[in-house]
Amino acid sequence: MSYTAKNLTLGGNELIAFRIGDQEFCVNIMAVREIRGWTPATAMPHSPSYMIGVINLRGAVLPIIDLSARLGMKPVDPTARHVIIVAQVRRKVVGLLVEAVSDILTVTDDDIQPTPEISSDLQRQFARGILSIEKRMICLIELEALFPDTESEAA
Amino acid sequence: MDMNEIKEIFFQECEEQLAELESGLLKMNDGDRDPETVNAVFRAVHSIKGGAGAFGLDDLVAFAHVFETTLDCVRSNKLEPNQDVLKVMLKSADVLADLTNAARDGGSVDESRSRGLVKELEALAHGELPSPSAVSEAPAPKPAPKAAPAPVAAAPAPKPTDDSGFQPIPFSFDDFGGEEKPVDLPAYEITFKPRFELYSKGNDATLLLRDLSRLGEMSIYCNADALPGLEELDPEGAYFFWNITIKTDKGEDAIRSVFEFAEWDCDLTVKPAEDSKPGETNEELPMIPVPFDLSILDEGGASEAPAAAGTKADDTAAAVTAAETATNVTQMAAAAARVEKKESAAAAAAAAASAAAQNNAAAGAGQTIRVDLDRVDRLINLVGELVINQAMLSQSVIENDTTGTSSINMGLEELQQLTREIQDSVMAIRAQPVKPVFQRMSRIVREIADMTGKSIRLITEGENTEVDKTVIDKLAEPLTHMIRNAVDHGIETPEKRAAAGKNTEGTVRLTAKHRSGRILIELADDGAGINREKVRQKAIANDLISPDANLSDEEIDNLIFLPGFSTADKISDISGRGVGMDVVKRSIQALGGRINITSRPGQGSVFTMSLPLTLAVLDGMVVTVAGQTLVVPLTAIVETLQPEAAAIHSFGANHRLISIRNSFCPLVDVGRILNFRATQANPVEGVALLVESEGGGQRALMVDAIQGQRQVVIKSLEANYTHVPGIAAATILGDGRVALILDVDAVVGASRGQSLKAEMSLAAVG
Repeated sequence: MSYTAKNLTLGGNELIAFRIGDQEFCVNIMAVREIRGWTPATAMPHSPSYMIGVINLRGAVLPIIDLSARLGMKPVDPTARHVIIVAQVRRKVVGLLVEAVSDILTVTDDDIQPTPEISSDLQRQFARGILSIEKRMICLIELEALFPDTESEAA
Repeated sequence: MDMNEIKEIFFQECEEQLAELESGLLKMNDGDRDPETVNAVFRAVHSIKGGAGAFGLDDLVAFAHVFETTLDCVRSNKLEPNQDVLKVMLKSADVLADLTNAARDGGSVDESRSRGLVKELEALAHGELPSPSAVSEAPAPKPAPKAAPAPVAAAPAPKPTDDSGFQPIPFSFDDFGGEEKPVDLPAYEITFKPRFELYSKGNDATLLLRDLSRLGEMSIYCNADALPGLEELDPEGAYFFWNITIKTDKGEDAIRSVFEFAEWDCDLTVKPAEDSKPGETNEELPMIPVPFDLSILDEGGASEAPAAAGTKADDTAAAVTAAETATNVTQMAAAAARVEKKESAAAAAAAAASAAAQNNAAAGAGQTIRVDLDRVDRLINLVGELVINQAMLSQSVIENDTTGTSSINMGLEELQQLTREIQDSVMAIRAQPVKPVFQRMSRIVREIADMTGKSIRLITEGENTEVDKTVIDKLAEPLTHMIRNAVDHGIETPEKRAAAGKNTEGTVRLTAKHRSGRILIELADDGAGINREKVRQKAIANDLISPDANLSDEEIDNLIFLPGFSTADKISDISGRGVGMDVVKRSIQALGGRINITSRPGQGSVFTMSLPLTLAVLDGMVVTVAGQTLVVPLTAIVETLQPEAAAIHSFGANHRLISIRNSFCPLVDVGRILNFRATQANPVEGVALLVESEGGGQRALMVDAIQGQRQVVIKSLEANYTHVPGIAAATILGDGRVALILDVDAVVGASRGQSLKAEMSLAAVG
């Protein structure tokens, strides 16, 4: 099952929420190109552990990141029920493997609370803030932080 | 279409003209004195001037005008295009290019440079003119001045009044020589023959003729002999031409200026009338084909060519023609009476022949169309998808085991062939010779040689080698850097060269050739070569290597590709702007290419770049390695073999060699090198691909199994991911999955001990 993000775009400050394990995260909907089902990926040599591999996205080579592993949690063993969020990060398009997409949220900047100061990689690097919605806690992920811009220094 | 678009087109055309100009000048520099070459050069400058005038680009017009004037002297054999003259002209071409760029992108051009050149050009134009009386103000015809005893004058140029290749039939003027008596106003004979292009460009003969009539008293005859039959008549064609006699004191130049904007689109002759008596003027119109009715009436047999032409035209046309020419029939009759019929027939035939030759030449040059590159890219992408789709189809037919139905198989085979053909033709659209890039380099060499006071000769070879446009576009930048380096650092000053017993003139050789499905570009200089001790010290100082590192000469040479490396002691104007050879290497790598340097102290350096011919497709061998499907470029594979246990020999702790026909070749386990498995596989269970790498060494790459050969569409890994050492690119197989394309040379390099992993920037994705 796959449907494009275009149909979901309502404009405004919207976020896509998704689940990894028992935690909820969200990213800005403007970065999301489409959401699609899992397909087996081709492994890449010498890649970091969270790099699952690459898949064919209508003729383009799309790298797939295990977001769980990237955020420092347990690596996921992908199944057919897993979902790939295709997102645009700067000039590159990447796929984020998550367990399920749960929600589309409309929020204002005021709804975003700062991340509590705890010593975790997640907090320090990737979380832009925390949202409290209907007693759920949803962590807002900074996509750019997942993929630091290395183009200028890459050898 | 708004003004900016038109302007954009003009600048695009300028680029072509500038390229034409430079290549023409270089040809002349090599001793080519073909009038066609000179004309092409002149035409290029003239076209730029014309366009620039229309857009009000005054600087450009002013410079082009001076340049054009000087070129005109060369064209009319008043100025011998020797090396010195050409040097000035090449520089002028550079300045013209700069002015064009400045006009397009804003910015300015160093005025002192252009002003100096203007002076030099003017000096050339005036200094070498023969005594002014020979080409006095009286608008004398242009043939070589009688006064000039130079060898060029021996064979008077065929008076190219324009560049169409149109050559008036030589006529003897002996009878009238010296009889010229001044009349009240000098009269001119003009033949004005529009080509099809004239009308299609929006020019109108009526307006031109009206302009002309303002110059003085004019008599005009329309010639409609070329008018074809109704069914052959192209309503947009140009069939009429005009013979005009005009009496004016404005001079020949004024007449020509009327036709200035139509000059390239018509055949135009202007010459002073020898005598104003109407009967005699006609003798100087050899280009008038004798009207068909005359040839029929007089002596059908004697003048076959016009007669044939006449009979071709059907009755209607004949009637029309007759009517159209009625005005000048009497005049023609007078002419025919005077001019010997044979001669007129010959003239007509010759004119016809030359026109035909012209058409042939145009056809031979090939017609071109200017297409937006995006469209071609889109087409190429679509064809790529088609190739994948076709592979998918073949695969599912095999999987569904429909081998019984031969018609499906035949259809598939045909589809495969067609796809292949379409792909080849589409790729050919983008294939271009490397010539334009090479030509740009000659300018860089000239400029840097000037700045550094060195004398350098650039020799280019194989500039017609064709390669995909995407490759060409990306080639220019690294090549520019390398040329700069070669001229600035590589080649010594003339004094040093003399001291070393070398020719004071340095040589830079730029070569392109195809080699096993790739293009090989070599840049060789005969300079000092790389100072290895200096490079080594520098590398140690910059912490790039440890002081006790034991490096081979080749390895030291290649150190210069490391980031932050520059051997120049001080930063000069030319190089050392923070862009080093590491950038060159990176841009070459981004193209899927490799660069190597070999240097011999005191004798020079050779940079070798090996690039793929196209960035779109590749013939590959599909193999399986540790459960992964990989594609190995077919061009790299020499042969495949099934190793036998007896042929495998251990060598040291963890190396193995395979004996092939009495020679030993190192075995490389691809799965191990790419980190797909932790231990080396048993070679006997796999297949060995014997490959030859850029360095020349052979390696046996071990893979688990071969699936088959296939043409694959190359997909960029870098677009969304990053460069992966050992992997050249990716492709999509018939089942829709991504397969990686092996970078054979990197793998071979890794087997030599260079780590694949070190280059990898893991941070690129996360």
